[in-house]
Formats: sequence, C-alpha cells, structure tokens
Amino acid sequence: MAVSLRAPGWYRAALWVAIGVAFSFALTIVIRGLYGWDPLVDSETVLQIGLFAVPLTFLGGIGCFDYWLYWAAGRKTRPEDHASHGAHSWKDYFKVNTDHKVIGTQYVVTSFFFLFVGGLIAMLMRAELAQPGRQFVDAETFNGLFSVHASLLIFLFIIPVFAGLANYVLPLMIGAPDMAFPRLNALSFWMLPTAGALMTASFLAPGGSFAAGWTAYAPLSTTQPIGQVFFTIGVQFAGASSIATALNFLVTIITMRAPGMSFFRMPLLVWANFSTSLLVVIATPFIAASQLFVLLDRALGFNFFDPAQGGDVLMYQHVFWFYSHPAVYIMMLPGFGIISEVLAVKSRKPVFGYRMMAFSLLAIVVLGFTVWAHHMFVSGMQSWIRIPMMVTTAIIAVPTGIKIFSWLATLWRGVLKLDTPMLFALGFITMFVLGGISGVMLAIIPFTIHVSDTYFIVAHIHYVLFGGSLFTIFAGVYYWFPKMTGRMYDETLGRLHFWLTFIFFNLTFAPMHLIGVQGMPRRVADYAQQFASWNLAISVASFALGLSTLVFLYNMIASWRGGPRAAANPWRALTLEWQVSSPPPIFNFDTIPTVVGGPYEYGVPGAVHGVFKGGAEVPQPAGAREHATAD
Amino acid sequence: MAEEETTREGARTRSPEEVRPKGQASIAQMIIIGAIASALGIALGLIINWFPTPASTQAEKIDTLYDVLIIVSVPVFVLVTVVVLFSVWKFRMRPGEELADGPPIHGNTRLEVIWTAIPAIVLVALCTYAYVTLTDLEEAQAGEQRINVYGQQFAWTFEYPQGAGKKPVLSNQLYLKENQPVRFFVKAKDVIHDFWVPAFRMKIDAVPGITTDYRVTPNRIGNYPVVCAELCGLGHAVMRSTAHVVSAAKYDAFMQKLTAPPAPTGGGGAAPDGKTLFTQGNGTSTACGACHTLADAGTSASTGPNLDEGLKGRDANFIKQSILEPDAQVTQGYNKGIMPKDYGQTLSAAEQDALVSYLQKATGG
Repeated sequence: MAVSLRAPGWYRAALWVAIGVAFSFALTIVIRGLYGWDPLVDSETVLQIGLFAVPLTFLGGIGCFDYWLYWAAGRKTRPEDHASHGAHSWKDYFKVNTDHKVIGTQYVVTSFFFLFVGGLIAMLMRAELAQPGRQFVDAETFNGLFSVHASLLIFLFIIPVFAGLANYVLPLMIGAPDMAFPRLNALSFWMLPTAGALMTASFLAPGGSFAAGWTAYAPLSTTQPIGQVFFTIGVQFAGASSIATALNFLVTIITMRAPGMSFFRMPLLVWANFSTSLLVVIATPFIAASQLFVLLDRALGFNFFDPAQGGDVLMYQHVFWFYSHPAVYIMMLPGFGIISEVLAVKSRKPVFGYRMMAFSLLAIVVLGFTVWAHHMFVSGMQSWIRIPMMVTTAIIAVPTGIKIFSWLATLWRGVLKLDTPMLFALGFITMFVLGGISGVMLAIIPFTIHVSDTYFIVAHIHYVLFGGSLFTIFAGVYYWFPKMTGRMYDETLGRLHFWLTFIFFNLTFAPMHLIGVQGMPRRVADYAQQFASWNLAISVASFALGLSTLVFLYNMIASWRGGPRAAANPWRALTLEWQVSSPPPIFNFDTIPTVVGGPYEYGVPGAVHGVFKGGAEVPQPAGAREHATAD
Repeated sequence: MAEEETTREGARTRSPEEVRPKGQASIAQMIIIGAIASALGIALGLIINWFPTPASTQAEKIDTLYDVLIIVSVPVFVLVTVVVLFSVWKFRMRPGEELADGPPIHGNTRLEVIWTAIPAIVLVALCTYAYVTLTDLEEAQAGEQRINVYGQQFAWTFEYPQGAGKKPVLSNQLYLKENQPVRFFVKAKDVIHDFWVPAFRMKIDAVPGITTDYRVTPNRIGNYPVVCAELCGLGHAVMRSTAHVVSAAKYDAFMQKLTAPPAPTGGGGAAPDGKTLFTQGNGTSTACGACHTLADAGTSASTGPNLDEGLKGRDANFIKQSILEPDAQVTQGYNKGIMPKDYGQTLSAAEQDALVSYLQKATGG
C-alpha cells in the first residue's frame, strides 16, 4: 500500500485529492480568519477553491507532472525508456501514458462517453418537451439540462474527439514516431475527464447545475447559484487541454514531418488540423478570459458586468463570441480533413483542387476571426457594425463552398465504394450544405432579427454540428477503426447505423426550422399550445435517433473485442498510416519513410506517396511495387 | 485478400479512363432533373406557411426577403444533392471494379474560378438587398409614438408616456393603435431579456445599463404573443405577455381605464378580489399564479415555491413581507432576486390587503 501511494496512479490521485480538499479548507480558514470574516468556514468559498485544487491535485496524483517535478527538484528523472509507450491491457488506458496512439484512443473513448452522457441529457429534454407545460423536470433543472448538454457536447465531445482522432493518425500520416511533446500530450488528455467530471458533477451542486446556457451570458451567469462555477472552472481545464494539444500539433506538423513531406504533400487532414490548431491557439484564451471575468464578478465582486458599477454587459458577449465563433470552425475544420481523406480513398481519385482545399482552410481561419458579432445582431450593440459582419459572414461561405464543390468534383467519375465511412461522408455533404444554407440565411440581418434565439437557431446548429461534425466523426471512426484496433467493424451494422442516424436526424431537426420561424423561442421548458404537435413528433424522432447510437455502440464494442483481424491497408489507401501494420508498431515506423509524391495519387499508374528504404517487412501501397523496386 | 492479389494484375489491364469514360453521365440529364427538383422545392418552400400572421409593415418586408432566400437556397441544395445522387448512381463500384481507380483528375482552374466567383457575386447581391431592407425596416416614421418597455425577471412592463406634466401609464399588456408607427425603447432591470413580438418579426435585447430600440408600424387588429427570447433564468419560458393591436378609439379607452385612479381604500367602493389579483394581476402587476402553484386558484407553475406548502399556517405579516420584500426570507431551494420586488408599487394598499387575506384563507392560515 505504501508503495502504491508513492507511485503515480489512482491510489496516489485519491490521496492527493484528499490533500487538495484539506488545502481548500485551510486556505479558506486562514484568509477568512485574517480578514475576521464570519463564518470562518464558508462552504461556497471552500467549493470554489476546491474546484481548482481538486483537479490539479488529481492531475498531479495520477502522474501528469512527475517527470517535470523530478527534474525541477533536481532529482534523478527516470530515463526515457519508453516504458510508458504502448498499451498491453485495458488497464494501461487508465494510466498516464505518453504514446500518442494510446492517448488518441483514450481521447476518442472518453469523448464518446461524454457523447452518450450529453445524448441522454438531450433525451430527458425531449421527454420534457414532448408536451407543453411541465412534466418531468422543473424549470431550474431544465435550464441546467440544456446548458450541460451543450457544454459537454462542445467541450467534451466534438472538440476533443477531433483532437483524439488526429492524435492517433496525424503523427502516422506525416511519418513521425510520436507527437512533439508526449508528456504535454498526456497532460492534455487527463485535463479532459477532469473538466467533464466538473461539468457533470454540477448537477450535485446546491442550487442545481449551471443554468445560464453554454453561452453563460452575464449578468445572468454572475447571479447564478454555485453550479455556475462548475462550468466557469471546467472550461478553464477544457480550454487549457485544447490549447496544449493545439501547440503540440503545430510543433509536430512544423518540425516532425518525414523527409520529403513538404507542406503541399501533406494529407488534407494534416492541413485541417494545422488550421484548427491556429484557431485554437489564437481564440481559446478569449473564452478562458470571459469565464474568468464571470468568476471574478461572481466570487469576488469585481463588477466587470454590473452596469450600476460601471461594468459593461455587452463586453462579455464580444469577448465570448471572439472565441466561440472561431470555435465553430474548430468543430468543423478537422471534419473537413476527415472527409477529404475518406472521399479520395473511397472514390479512388485524387482530391480535386488540392491546393485550393488547403488555401480555403487558411481563408476560413482568417475570415473566422472577422464574423463574431453576427451572434449579436439583436444584442443592442452599435448598429453600423452589423453590416460589415453580415458581409464577412456571407463571404465565409465562399471558401466553404469551394470545399463542397471540390468534394463533388472528387466524386465525379470516381469508383465509389459505398461502405459505412463513405455513406457518412456523403451524408455529411448533403446535411452540411443544409446547415450552410441556413447559416447564410442567418447572415442576412432582417431575417435574423426575427429568428435569432428561436428553434431555427437550434435547427441550424444541429445541422452543422450533428449533420456536419458528428457525421464526419462517424466517418472517421469507421474509417480508422481497423487501424486503431486492428479489427474490422461489422459493415452491415455500420450501414444500418448510418441509415437510422440519417433518417431520424432529419426527422428530429428539420421541423425545428419551421417551429422556429413560427415563433418558438429556444431554451424553454414550456411553450405555446400551437407548437405541441410538432414538438411531440420531434421528441419521438429524437428517441429513435438516440436508440440508433446503440447500434454504433454495440458494433464498436463487439468488433473491438472479437471482429476479424484487419489487414494493414484494407482500403488500399496511399497515405502513410496505412503503410504500417494495424495497429501500428510501438514507434509507428520500423524505418522512417521518405515521401516522394502527393498523398492522393489514385489512378496515376505506379504512383506512391512514401517509400520505406530497406523496410522489407513494411507493406507496400497499391501500385507502388514497381516504383519502389525501381527506387 | 489472397484473391485480390491474384486479380490485381487483371484489373489493371483496364485504364481508369476506360473504367470511367468521359460522358458516362449525361450532364443534360442532371440539369433537367435538377431544374425540375429546384422548381418543386421552391414551390414547396413558398407554399409552406412558415411565419405567424404578419401584423406590421416590417413583417411584410421580412417575409418577402425570406421568399427570396428560399428561391436562392433551394437550387444550391438541389445542385449538391443531385451531383451526389448521380455520382452514386453512375459511378458506384460495380462487381469486378474492386481494384479499379478513377481517372487522376487533379483540378480544373476554370471550374474553380467559376465556383469561387459565382457564389461570391450572389452573396454580395443578397447582402446588398438585405442592407436595403434593413434600412427600410429601421427608417424613422412621421408621428412616431414612444413606448418604454421594461424587462425584468419574469415580466414585461410597458410604459405609455402621456405628454408633458402627465404621469405615464403603466401596464403589463402591450396596447398599440392600428397603423400608428411606434418606437420601443427597451430597458432591463436585472439581466438580459429580449423583447420579441413574432407577429411583428422584430426583436431586440433588453440590456442592463443601456437603452435599445426598434420601430414597428402595426397594421392588423388582433392579439399577438409577446415573448422573451433571451434566456433570463427560471421563469424565462413563461415570460410572455400579449400585444393588443386595436383601433384608435379602443386604444384611448384602454388608456382611460389604466389612468383611472385605483379603487378607493375602505368606504363603499368595490373591494378588490384577492383571487383575481392572484391569477390575473391588476393590469400593472404580474400575476402571482404565473410562477406559483396554489390549489385554490388552480395554478400549477413551478418557477417559485408552491404556496400551498410554503404559506401553510403562516400569519398575515409573513405573507405581506413575502410579497413586498421577496428576498427577506427565501424558501430553501430557491434563489434571491427571482421574484419581482415592485409589488409595493404596482399593488395599491387595498389590493395588497385583499391578496394577503385571500392567500391566508386559501392556505388555511
């Protein structure tokens, strides 16, 4: 026992957390005692200090800081024997591990766990909304449900699941043995379940969960019960995780590409994550700041947002959306990357207009920072600023349109293999176009004045984030499942999952456009009688949509445990991750590949993306044999 | 896998150009099907009764703009869907093509310029049209009436200035004269709210610390819902009121009624009815029943504490304090600052007493 309390792991984490709790009490008592405040132990104060102290001591206890602490203390650091690389049993996934493949899997599985939590919360909301009036939950709980639903799915699912998939495949794709900063990578991952636990645990807080929406507009958020702080601080950890991963991706992409892998030979998934990481690094500090302002207002009486004390209410929204609009692209660009990979391989054609695809990503990064105030068309900000924001918002559809049209041209005259990843990719294109169209409509100010804060917005965001992002995530998970697990998924169940999702997704979210325009506001537990029949239909469809994910869950678990062994390259893809075994060797490549051509040269006779000198064991890409031997 | 190895060389004997010859899919066919689908889609989009009944001149302009958006949007969706479906139909992998590749087309600069330029032109045109419409919507009208709108958790108060020297009229209902241009000045007393009348199509946030505004010209007699569109806390969903668009004569009658002095306390005047005050308010005050459950009054809202339980056996002083200073003692599980603090102003002394004695009776105190 004594040993396990000193070695990093769950026992030590529990001990350190206990120390963290004690520290929170001690600090409260010391400070309140020095000021002579009564009572000496104030539960809210202890809780707020604890919300920082407990996650940090947990991260320390589980072992995220060990190497750095040893080094800083001048003690002997453990030599880099890579003992923490690779996973040999399921237990290894519950330890701090510096292998990007293990971390990638940890990321993806954790994010999907929160997808199911967030989805269950959505089911509760739809149960309440099936009829007007109050049925199952009171107003406070309902406001908490939609706030936690959005926060979990944005900060604990979409953003990290993309980081997880990229964590696994990106180093492989650029021919690197790992990420640039493996220990930072581990820390990034472990901050995630911490943030997720904070947000989920808010339901246990006195006064209920945070209930001001994921947007947490001040001054509503600054006057909420203590549950709000679970969001405020949870976002700090999720944001820090995001920023650290983004820096890691940037350095990895810039410095660790294999010989010959020039920027314009990189697969588009790498370009997409490069662009996303730029967005994250520049934008995420803004949401951290906005929530820190709320915390200071709420806990320490700073009055940033109290107009009676010279505060400015609109400032919150500007700072918040300066992150949260680019965040929309943070939640979409990696998906664009996945779709480019899947479409090229499954259409057996090069991605049409590769360079424009890369440039349009960068164009979205730049334009993405010029549109934030379109969330504020009815906020009461100075009216002239609405016009330039409308124009930039409409214009950002141009680079997005370039991507859509280029994907269509990629399909054209291809040899389309319509398996599960491809179905999700095609489903994505059609659904994302709908979300894009309603997005352009929402740029048009006179229409937005009517529909902002209505169910039209709910419909739009779900077409973009569910029909858009989640479809790309499903496409990516099915596409790389053989690589990540070494097993094949069940194709029949995969297609069933696609069709159920596609049909019930539309039945759930399409009618929301209509009831929104008809005048149903969003974020309400109760609504006018005229919307009753549509809401009942939406609720029924949403339950079917929820059940359809069980098909996915079963397929993933059953196939991971006992699916047929996957070949190294079941899709006949050219990119580097498919040129190594499934799952890849512990350091990815037995010999570092040399990149000699573009990543999508399908249909070019004898084309090859990377070659492995002297690597007899390394499988060769389709059509590469002649070229490689001639080399 | 082994089978694939043996057939690989066989599949390679057909070049990609032979597998997918140019012109395999007829573009003319696609254009015809796309045009028909677009026409049907646009027709459907225009037939659907999207909006609530328009009741202002602004509503008509916004509805027209929406029709234009539908006409522009449907062909875009049809274009993408038709290309996807045609590709699936014409280019799907057929038996024997398992190892075939498509032709290595890397791009086409002319095509890429076209699909960059055309959307950009269309979008700029839409923005121009939107700008013109927006200017129209927000244009100042001659002889505008001013109405002040106050949002607070969880009720609207409308203030009708009555000219110099006169006290403004207050109401929790919105009364508007038909064809009389109005400019609303919107303020918030606590958190952000959003003043929205769907039938007018216009909305603006009520923001603490600043005054926001918009204009409408109501042009259809009727009653329309007023909705709070910005999440403002527990009672957000029930923060509703009604906009009454009436003839000028009726409007004056309403104003007359609202300016009438409150019923005299004591004496022979009709005593205010506590139950009516509870369920409907007095025209200025927010109805208690909108947030509280009380079996006797037949209300079942849950924003505030259940009064059957919370007031059971409490004396008149406690009940009066709870109405006038709601934050003095807050029921466990509920928060301060939720219940309006203006009942001391909106209820006359007689009404306060009537309400207190009704509540005492109804909860068996």
